Amino acid sequence: MSILELRNLSLELGGRRILNGITLDIWPNRIHALIGPNGAGKSTLASTIIGLAGFRRIEGDILFEGASITGLSVDERARLGITMAWQEPARFEGLTVRQFIRAGAKDKSNARLDAALDQVGLDPAKYLARALDKTLSGGERKRIELASILAMEPKLVLMDEPDSGIDVEALEKIFEANRTLKANGATVIQITHSLAVLRQSEHAFLMCCGKVIDKGEVGKIAGYFENKCLPCDHMNVPVAEELM
Amino acid sequence: MSKAELLEKLLASIGGHPTDDDVARIEVHHNQVLGSHLVPGLEVEVEEQAEGIRAQITFREGAKIAKPVHVCFGMLPETGVQNIVLDIRAQAGSQASVIAHCSFPNAVDVIHRMDAEITVGAGATYSYFERHMHGPHGGVLVLPKAKVRVEEEGRFRTEFELIKGRVGRIDIDYETTCLAHGVVEMVARISGSKNDVIKIHETALLEGEYARAVLKSYIALRDDARAEVFNTLRASAAYARGHVDCKEIVQGRAVAKAVPIVEVNHPLAHVTHEAAIGSVDSKQLQTLQSRGLTEDEAVDIIIQGLLS
Repeated sequence: MSILELRNLSLELGGRRILNGITLDIWPNRIHALIGPNGAGKSTLASTIIGLAGFRRIEGDILFEGASITGLSVDERARLGITMAWQEPARFEGLTVRQFIRAGAKDKSNARLDAALDQVGLDPAKYLARALDKTLSGGERKRIELASILAMEPKLVLMDEPDSGIDVEALEKIFEANRTLKANGATVIQITHSLAVLRQSEHAFLMCCGKVIDKGEVGKIAGYFENKCLPCDHMNVPVAEELM
Repeated sequence: MSKAELLEKLLASIGGHPTDDDVARIEVHHNQVLGSHLVPGLEVEVEEQAEGIRAQITFREGAKIAKPVHVCFGMLPETGVQNIVLDIRAQAGSQASVIAHCSFPNAVDVIHRMDAEITVGAGATYSYFERHMHGPHGGVLVLPKAKVRVEEEGRFRTEFELIKGRVGRIDIDYETTCLAHGVVEMVARISGSKNDVIKIHETALLEGEYARAVLKSYIALRDDARAEVFNTLRASAAYARGHVDCKEIVQGRAVAKAVPIVEVNHPLAHVTHEAAIGSVDSKQLQTLQSRGLTEDEAVDIIIQGLLS
């Protein structure tokens, strides 16, 4: 059974149709990629799945583990096990890394917080007492956010642009953390326009112009994206039907 | 109630004091000194008055008080007035810090006034951390007033915290004059709710060369609480440097106002200010909610961060 089902999902923002009749099934316990050019609607789809305010007035339905979550708020969806890692994680002036990770952790023991930081390659002795502010690099904040997700023990994680603003070493730690999430039974959806991120996935969906236009094996989608999407100059122009 | 019983209840309301021999402490309930313990280098003279006390506290020249002095001022009854008049002298070269707890756990109609004259002598370092612990009724009027003089190369730091229980009404009025190479830091962290009223007037006058000051106010308001923060920084000497920082988070029908006043009277002086008033940052809120926290739980954590 799919862990997440989107049924004819559409969304308008500011009078513009951003998501256009998306139907797809996310199989559980896999690392998926949702790839597409800038403006395809990927981040909007992630925000809609997670239920952020402003992305809730949809047409169609979203089902999680077989039940509709369309009427649920972001925190209600999170308590069912759905969460998200942002492209640019928030800074929390005044909060320590420990306080932040503990806030959403299922097991709030120090041992669990230590383990979560270890799993993203950060030394708990150096990081737990640090402030989650501008003194941390973007890569460090991304890894700390992922540590908080590992400690939450979710069922479905949306990773928005996991390679944005970080170095190669940090990206490898994020891929490792994704594999850890999968080993713990979670499903991961990586939102990306990067072939490198796509190739770290097991299954892919291709988005264009607010639609999912193809899905399947990573190699096939990578080839299509590289040869058709990257050179395409129809960005944000509704040519999805032609592509299909 | 005997002095011993009063002392026990007063200390219980603040979670206790350290009782080690090398830690100085003074406990005052209403107008009674319930207990005290001094250490070498610290002199205290107290005069009990009708509605409070008058005390002269002296850190002797060159004295290095290794551990913070613990002070407790409070009133357990629901009503009353407590006036604390302090003359604090950190003599030249001394180093000391004070942790003061002010406890009014049952207050329905209590007035707590503090009127302090503080002198931080040349090369001395003095820090004063004041934590207020109020009950749930909001029946406290807190009026802390201090005139501070920081002499050459002296360092003064004061931090006022009121984040547990209802504020009631508070009107802080601190003015500090800082001479050459002196350093001043004044911080206030206050969380108001219901119909609490918060006023802060903090002034630093940088009158000596290379004098430095930072004034910081962090306020969180909910319900119908109101806050007005007036931070004034005046730099009148060469290379004087200062910064004013005011951050306020407003929820519900609360109203916040910040008035930073910066004045420079010397071409080689430099002062800056920033003020931010607004609701809780939506990205922080969304992040915490996406970890399963309700909106209220998330707001509590964000405010905890602001006031930490």
